[in-house]
Amino acid sequence: MAAGFKTVEPLEYYRRFLKENCRPDGRELGEFRTTTVNIGSISTADGSALVKLGNTTVICGVKAFRSGPPGEEAQVASQFIADVIENSQIIQKEDLCISPGKLVWVLYCDLICLDYDGNILDACTFALLAALKNVQLPEVTINEETALAEVNLKKKSYLNIRTHPVATSFAVFDDTLLIVDPTGEEEHLATGTLTIVMDEEGKLCCLHKPGGSGLTGAKLQDCMSRAVTRHKEVKKLMDEVIKSMKPK
Amino acid sequence: MEEETHTDAKIRAENGTGSSPRGPGCSLRHFACEQNLLSRPDGSASFLQGDTSVLAGVYGPAEVKVSKEIFNKATLEVILRPKIGLPGVAEKSRERLIRNTCEAVVLGTLHPRTSITVVLQVVSDAGSLLACCLNAACMALVDAGVPMRALFCGVACALDSDGTLVLDPTSKQEKEARAVLTFALDSVERKLLMSSTKGLYSDTELQQCLAAAQAASQHVFRFYRESLQRRYSKS
Repeated sequence: MAAGFKTVEPLEYYRRFLKENCRPDGRELGEFRTTTVNIGSISTADGSALVKLGNTTVICGVKAFRSGPPGEEAQVASQFIADVIENSQIIQKEDLCISPGKLVWVLYCDLICLDYDGNILDACTFALLAALKNVQLPEVTINEETALAEVNLKKKSYLNIRTHPVATSFAVFDDTLLIVDPTGEEEHLATGTLTIVMDEEGKLCCLHKPGGSGLTGAKLQDCMSRAVTRHKEVKKLMDEVIKSMKPK
Repeated sequence: MEEETHTDAKIRAENGTGSSPRGPGCSLRHFACEQNLLSRPDGSASFLQGDTSVLAGVYGPAEVKVSKEIFNKATLEVILRPKIGLPGVAEKSRERLIRNTCEAVVLGTLHPRTSITVVLQVVSDAGSLLACCLNAACMALVDAGVPMRALFCGVACALDSDGTLVLDPTSKQEKEARAVLTFALDSVERKLLMSSTKGLYSDTELQQCLAAAQAASQHVFRFYRESLQRRYSKS
């Protein structure tokens, strides 16, 4: 009966409690809910904390940035990712259209580097691909009478990913040695770098070689074959993980 | 030396020296280069490829800010200004490509704790812009007398939907192409210094483009040599 009264007259219900100087959950007027805090749980952030106030939970990670516009490295990397998306045609932009001429989905991809130890382009491309595979767009229908969009959150569908571009990065030492997946130190010491982005048919979406020592055609061929093997490894890994996630 | 020298060279697919016999699409456009045209920078050059034109100025080796100095070599900086609008992220990524290419050839260890700045201004863009920027930068570095271990040149090629190769594409050809590849090659062994590609293409097509670019670079290097000979033989 109290529940019925609460629904019909919530304010009156509350006032009854306040008259007795207490609250519906049994607390005094000046009493807080049980507070728990967990500090330093995220090892990769410079500082982190998890706070629970009753049922409200908030997590905060602090990463020290240099203020101002993103650094040159970030700008170059973001341009690279944009080129990869466009070149590989990973999704058809038409698939994002809800109603031609009226409503369309806009996808914002934010990539945040939590830890840098070299080979950022490979990691970013893989993260982007995995994230896009995970994207679920709710169904949107346009109500003809009100001309407003109605979002149906229960019915979600995955994005149609057409190709799977995978990036493989190499570092060149002294014009002859080639190593795969350079760490931060190796990149710093290397005389040149090379990144190859390949999709499953063996087509190249991007051959990014920003200067550095020269490479002959034969060396390039070696890199190509390594990139093909890497693509198979990465694709297998991703398929396994997605399969293990599906029955949610 | 304040003399201005204007060198003109028409390079067409003459006597089929190594360029693949694929028809008129294999020719490079008309080249022109002018050096020492600006009075302020230590070296300057203007490079024309067909209707694409880029002006380059080089300052250096000069004083460098303490925060940017490198103890054992010169700090190279490249600034690319588009024809209209403010420089954006695309310019930043091109600057990075050109800078890394220059760093590979410039003997920075001869001038430690100095800065060498290359400023590029796009005067007109009618296709193969990155290749033209590279050529202008190289000519300007030579004009400034910066010590280099090799010269470099930029060559662009476009692949259209049926696989035909077009060297030095115009903007119309670039737009219609399936893929556009730009390479920077060095003059000593024609090795690949820099590559930047757009679009999808296969492994074999890449090798074909690279071979065609290496053949075309011979023409470009010959043009460099002729224009420099003409300039220095006058005095």
